Amino acid sequence: MADEPLVLGIETSCDETGVGIVRGHTLLADAVASSVDEHARFGGVVPEVASRAHLEAMVPTIQRALKEAGVAASDLDGIAVTAGPGLAGALLVGVSAAKAYAYALGKPLYGVNHLASHICVDQLEHGPLPEPTMALLVSGGHSSLLLAPDITADVRPLGSTIDDAAGEAFDKIARVLNLGFPGGPVIDRMAREGDPDAIAFPRGLTGPRDAAYDFSFSGLKTAVARWIEAKRAAGEEVPIADVSASFQEAVVDVLTRKAVRACKDEGVEHLMIGGGVAANSRLRAIAERRCEDAGITLRVPRPKLCTDNGAMVAALGAEMVARGRSASAWDLSADSSLPVTDPHVPAPAGHTHDHVHELSRKNLYA
Amino acid sequence: MLLLALDTATPAVTVALHDGSAVIAESSDVDARRHGELLLPAVHRTLQAAGTELGAVTEIVVGAGPGPYTGLRVGLVTAATFGSALGVPVHGLCTLDGIAYAAGRAGLEGPFVVATDARRKEVYWARYDDARTRVTEPAVDHPADLAERVAGLPAVGAGALLYPAAFADVPPGMPEHQSAGALASLAAEKLARGEELPPPRPLYLRRPDAKVPANYKVVTPK
Ligand SMILES: [Zn+2]
Repeated sequence: MADEPLVLGIETSCDETGVGIVRGHTLLADAVASSVDEHARFGGVVPEVASRAHLEAMVPTIQRALKEAGVAASDLDGIAVTAGPGLAGALLVGVSAAKAYAYALGKPLYGVNHLASHICVDQLEHGPLPEPTMALLVSGGHSSLLLAPDITADVRPLGSTIDDAAGEAFDKIARVLNLGFPGGPVIDRMAREGDPDAIAFPRGLTGPRDAAYDFSFSGLKTAVARWIEAKRAAGEEVPIADVSASFQEAVVDVLTRKAVRACKDEGVEHLMIGGGVAANSRLRAIAERRCEDAGITLRVPRPKLCTDNGAMVAALGAEMVARGRSASAWDLSADSSLPVTDPHVPAPAGHTHDHVHELSRKNLYA
Repeated sequence: MLLLALDTATPAVTVALHDGSAVIAESSDVDARRHGELLLPAVHRTLQAAGTELGAVTEIVVGAGPGPYTGLRVGLVTAATFGSALGVPVHGLCTLDGIAYAAGRAGLEGPFVVATDARRKEVYWARYDDARTRVTEPAVDHPADLAERVAGLPAVGAGALLYPAAFADVPPGMPEHQSAGALASLAAEKLARGEELPPPRPLYLRRPDAKVPANYKVVTPK
């Protein structure tokens, strides 16, 4: 539909410079420049390396996205950007670029939440988000269960990891197994040849007195490392496939069990899974089975939309425009710990941009 | 010509407009922790003060550092994005050159040294024969390590003020931080002479802090 908002989104919260363009729920461009190779030898994302790469990649990635979408910058209805949470220095590059771009084009600016964007991206894949949606977000930076009655205004945290993020655990175990960085894809691959029940690794925070929706992967990580070290100390070969499969099983078992339980407890019929770990094939398979058994509709975007990208930011920005949410102010700051309860960062009340023509406030999807 | 100059490589968030003959508006805030928040409003204020708008800008110059990276990048990415959106050229000048130029206009004759605060007990610095002539590459050093190389020379900038043991002679009335007005005037002068200005590449001068983990830590208790 031509009257759906055309929004460009910028994402720089970690090591991907992402610029996406959407029209309403339709993906037009998803340009990503990744600095992941520069971090590989460090075994994790180095913030300063990521920030430098963002500066280099910013303008070329914007230009690539516009070309890919076949739209003119002047046709955009707004510029959205990840205002947080994420790496402070990395976020600041994207926020500064988005402000400059919006100001130069005379378009409204929307500073949005990275986690809410991970949820909203599914609109590009499966259409409008059901309200409410239950979301399980799992990546190298986050592991949370969120209930979203309105992705633009009401996102409630039900639980999150109390130590490592799920993706971090994959990276660490991959390092113990000398499989390189990032660990998620390689462990997924190794696990396909292994037996998920070969080794009984612990399921964190699943006792009757444990927080129902919180996660813990630190104990699991230690247990797996000790098991491997014991094998090595005994001079035995480490069965990489079985270790990968059993470790991965312990992670996805807890994630899916808690997510399905949250849906049942809250009476929510839709589960959305996002974040880089949502690309894990075993997580997808188990989630599918358990959701089907529980009568829950599962929504998982394609892997490229699960990892950090600009399209997800554009998707949430478009929803902000469509629902007439207030734009952000020109002094918008990058907030490395932006709470998940703030889907976006509106300008303080009474603050208007006289130099930016405001869009009509009508709710296009109402 | 309408030249927009900005610099976020020192604690100052500074913006100026130059029409080819003079600075027509300038806005500076000194707040080393809020470059990201302050820059765009400063640009807006400067344009309003000059009674013009961003679309009228024909050329951009940005301070390329050296400077603490997080702040430095705010100016660089803002300039690059403006340039792309407006379709106008973006140049990068060494931030220390802008301070040297301002020192010259404040009456300092050469030779002298410009030093800014590089944090971690270091300074970014360079030597000048006069306000327009830099004779060393910008560098980052501990003040004690360069005391010999700058001995006897007057020094300007916040880095010189911070380390009086290394920089004994800091003349009064000299600039402490960058001013975009000076940067704009320097750039306008160079452009008028037909000089080609360098691209806006950041002068980090340090490698990113990152240690390669030797090997993973063994977790089995000994
Ligand atoms: Zn993410």
